[in-house]
Amino acid sequence: MTDITLEDRSTVPVGTSDAEIEQAALTSIRKRRQKVLFWRLTILVLLLGGWELSGRMNWIDPFFYSIPTSIVARLYEWITEGTSEGPLWYHLYVTMEESLAGFFSGAIAGVVTGVALGRNKMLSDIFSIYIKLINSVPRVVLAPIFIMLFGLGLGSKIALSFVMVFFVVFSNAFQGVVEADRNMIANAMILGANQWQLTRHVIIPSAMSWIFASLHVSFGFAIIGAIVGEFVGSRYGIGLLINIAKGSFDASGMYAAIIIIMAVALIAEYLMTAVEKRLAKWRPVPQHDMH
Amino acid sequence: MSTQASNAPSVELINVSRRFVSPTGKSLTALHNFSMRVDEGEFVAVVGPTGCGKSTTLNLITGLNKPSAGEVRIFGQPINGIDRRIGFVFQTDALFPWRNVIDNVVAGPMFRGRPKAESYQVARDWLSRIGLTKFEHHYPHQLSGGMRKRVSLAQTFINEPKILLMDEPFSALDVQTRVLMHEELLKLWAGSKASVIFITHDLEEAIALADKVYVLTSGPGTVKSVYPIGIPRPRVMAEIRYEPQFIDIAHTIWNDLRDEVQRSYRQAGLAA
Repeated sequence: MTDITLEDRSTVPVGTSDAEIEQAALTSIRKRRQKVLFWRLTILVLLLGGWELSGRMNWIDPFFYSIPTSIVARLYEWITEGTSEGPLWYHLYVTMEESLAGFFSGAIAGVVTGVALGRNKMLSDIFSIYIKLINSVPRVVLAPIFIMLFGLGLGSKIALSFVMVFFVVFSNAFQGVVEADRNMIANAMILGANQWQLTRHVIIPSAMSWIFASLHVSFGFAIIGAIVGEFVGSRYGIGLLINIAKGSFDASGMYAAIIIIMAVALIAEYLMTAVEKRLAKWRPVPQHDMH
Repeated sequence: MSTQASNAPSVELINVSRRFVSPTGKSLTALHNFSMRVDEGEFVAVVGPTGCGKSTTLNLITGLNKPSAGEVRIFGQPINGIDRRIGFVFQTDALFPWRNVIDNVVAGPMFRGRPKAESYQVARDWLSRIGLTKFEHHYPHQLSGGMRKRVSLAQTFINEPKILLMDEPFSALDVQTRVLMHEELLKLWAGSKASVIFITHDLEEAIALADKVYVLTSGPGTVKSVYPIGIPRPRVMAEIRYEPQFIDIAHTIWNDLRDEVQRSYRQAGLAA
């Protein structure tokens, strides 16, 4: 409430009742929210409108840049009639299958390795150099290798997703374990925890916020892995759709595929935040200022 | 325990030294020829200037650290790993923030493999003893500093330690809360008959609580002198510091401690 008095011109006159002050604060919160929403929409409309207009006026070549309406038309066509390569849903299903499999396997392996190396100084001293070495390989160049090794099917995409996810989750889990509070560890040990209980009840929970931070980013990486894999060689998937659209100079098709991926990534992010909130209900709620 | 000679002190440190070696090879002596004896059921307070190795002594007794020289014994036996008869209350918050109050208190018995239902039964009992029954399902961050300390006490006392180590446990609390916590601690201690080693930099706190006060020299720490505190129990924490006997004792010990504090202050000044 102090913030509001600071920001608004009005200092509250003496004798204003608490109810009135509260009312004023609520109104100002609502107004602010509306303002944010208004500008968000305005910017969206301006961008899309500008794009559409420039395309139609031939300021930019719609053959290469496409225009929003034809992208929407392409999406609609894909949804209702399917793509040239079969139903859209099947492609989406394949891509999701690859991403999720890569994400979960990579995340689990990352957490396990991170915790193991974080708990064992010897192991981490030995393996850290190798992990650095492998980590310095640009992930995308692995795509052709994996396709050679695991074929055009699911395996190569999952492998690529896996390596994209693994290193991010690993390094965060490792860091989280290393930074676990020493007093808390000593406390658990004196209370009687054995090594396994210590890991399970103290180390992992305290590394959890680090791990979650990495999961947010790495789901996006899992999708990138799957798509790049499909791009390089596949029979199904959103990446394949992009590749085919590229081959036939179908700009609308490429953008349509991108929009589908954006939607998926946003939904995944939303779900992840919801899960994290449930798991982290013990954490102090950040003090929201009143806006 | 009963099989051991009953006259063996709960804790005994005999000519203990502890040196730390930094990765660059510099060695720092935290404790030098340190000897101390705590009898069964005795409340000992240790005061000394900052950096005199007060906390180091406790880590030696828990078995988390080993002495570089000398010997540490618990009930007459040399230390081998973390002893189950020890309880430790930390200076900073060592509660598990992802566990609510009852799950924090129940941690000790559960770690030690007591059945779940029984552990929770005992934990509820301890919560009612520290008056936090209503806060069973609160998380640590939702409690005040004093309440969190009470939970820490319950978490430690539920294991029924025979030796209670306390490392400046109340130093982060405000003065009023601290006096309440002293009251609470003495109540819990009276019911437990544990031997206590209470580290503090607050001389008045030490005198108010303890049977015996150890004054340490500035680092490397050794015992400078030991003062028995003859104030009869039960003591009233809210009043004790205004009693003439208390003031006399405080005066005597402070004369002794002051030199060390000033020396440690000068040392810190030279080092800086």
